[in-house]
Amino acid sequence: MNCDVCQTEKATVFFSQMAEGKLQKVNLCKGCADEKGVTDPTGFALADMLEGMGEESAPDTGFAPDELICDSCGFSQTDFKKTGRFGCADCYHVFDEGFEGLLEAMHKHTQHTGKSPASFPDLPAAPESIDPDAPMEASPLDELSELKQSLSKSVEDEDYEEAARLRDAISQLESQIGDS
Amino acid sequence: MRFSTLLKNPAEWMRTPGPQSDIVITSRVRLARNLTSHPFPGWARKEDRAIIMDEIRPALEDLSEMNDSFSEEMTKLSAIEKQVLVERHLISREHAAKGPGCGTVMNRNQTISVMINEEDHLRMQAIRPGLQLNSAYQSLDRIDSSLEESLPFAFDHKYGYLTACPTNLGTGMRASAMLHLPGLVLSEQINQTIQGANKIGLAVRGLYGEGTEALANLFQISNQNTLGSKEEEIIEHLDRVITQLIENEKNARLKMLEDKPTAIQDQVGRAYAVLKFAHIISSKEALNHLSMIRLGCDLGFVPEEERETINVLLTEIQPAHLQISAKRKLSPDERDILRADIIRSSLNGLTAPDFSTILTERDDDDE
Repeated sequence: MNCDVCQTEKATVFFSQMAEGKLQKVNLCKGCADEKGVTDPTGFALADMLEGMGEESAPDTGFAPDELICDSCGFSQTDFKKTGRFGCADCYHVFDEGFEGLLEAMHKHTQHTGKSPASFPDLPAAPESIDPDAPMEASPLDELSELKQSLSKSVEDEDYEEAARLRDAISQLESQIGDS
Repeated sequence: MRFSTLLKNPAEWMRTPGPQSDIVITSRVRLARNLTSHPFPGWARKEDRAIIMDEIRPALEDLSEMNDSFSEEMTKLSAIEKQVLVERHLISREHAAKGPGCGTVMNRNQTISVMINEEDHLRMQAIRPGLQLNSAYQSLDRIDSSLEESLPFAFDHKYGYLTACPTNLGTGMRASAMLHLPGLVLSEQINQTIQGANKIGLAVRGLYGEGTEALANLFQISNQNTLGSKEEEIIEHLDRVITQLIENEKNARLKMLEDKPTAIQDQVGRAYAVLKFAHIISSKEALNHLSMIRLGCDLGFVPEEERETINVLLTEIQPAHLQISAKRKLSPDERDILRADIIRSSLNGLTAPDFSTILTERDDDDE
């Protein structure tokens, strides 16, 4: 079997990764594996590469080719894919689509809980209820974040059956939230 | 403070022992911060970086913690001076390669150092001898809180402190400790240990950070995740794992002493012989032998006081330090000669290792 990247050398490194609910496999030769940083413990370069390769083979979705660019600093999505870094603080709000998934792969959770500058008052612990008589019920958003936490935990524990179940539950809930 | 003054003062961590400093050489914590409404350094133009530096540098120099600090633009430092700072772990290798609009500020005893316009606008580091992650964090936290009064830091309620690379998002904090683990290396448990650490979200690297070789049996262990946990939680977790590693290292040493005392005597004895009598020695060979002398200190074969000499030597025999002490550029061959000279004179008073504590128990091993 030849390397998926250079197509010439014999593949000796085989990598599988779950991304967006699909199992992606990639076969690489030693040279390309080193170059793409597959051995990099953060796995960051790999995620990038898989994303890039997925795009090539995916059917044309008909999205406009207009590229997202940060108004504040002129940084583009392509720049991010190339460098793995953002251009300025505002980029985080410009390129936030799909960013959550990337963060989940990098960190334990995606909500900051540590120190905040004194000029940023802490957010209230729970949103104020509009109707005080309404029965106490977890909001769908809370439920979603809980599900996501359980998902990362089950992935950590390598309980893939549970992970798949949670993944489906999350996408169902997300579409419900989207509809309402 | 001038560069020459900085050089004459060895860093505090080399001279003062800390808790668990037989195995933990140093504890370091760094925080990444960025200003709002300026592009990150990697994307900023030269002029932007100059503006950012002009905003940050005075704020740093005004801190009471940075009284009598060394503060300089990177372009004003020679290649060798920058390399000296890298060898003392005061700036990163990446920062040493930076040009206009980048700077560095550090206090006299080199416990606090700040890189301006490295990957982020501010990278602040605190370094302590031994296992003192929490104290290192506390001192940085105070500096961070003073700075935020005058500098508008980029912050988001969801993502925390915004950094150029998303891997630093949230706390922007990387805590690390430098561990001397000859027992785990010699007993071939080190790879297993590194894999174990990786599994629980910790990174293990060599002496000079990412992608560097583990010389002198020294390893840096640090947190990978920066988002989703409080600073104190990250430090507590790392602290717990390090305490366990210290335990494992001590057990590995005890086991080796029991199973293969002659092999340890041989390693320490050879290290002594080579360092005492070599006239040409490479950095790698010297570091690995120094590691064995250090192990000898821990096991009681070599006087305890030598540990400080070894700590200083670990840095003093690095290429840039050698060239500064020679006051000229040296070829690699010349460096190997000067290195051997410096080691011999530093270890002048060191007498042969005393193995009497285990001599009586030999002959059962290595059959």
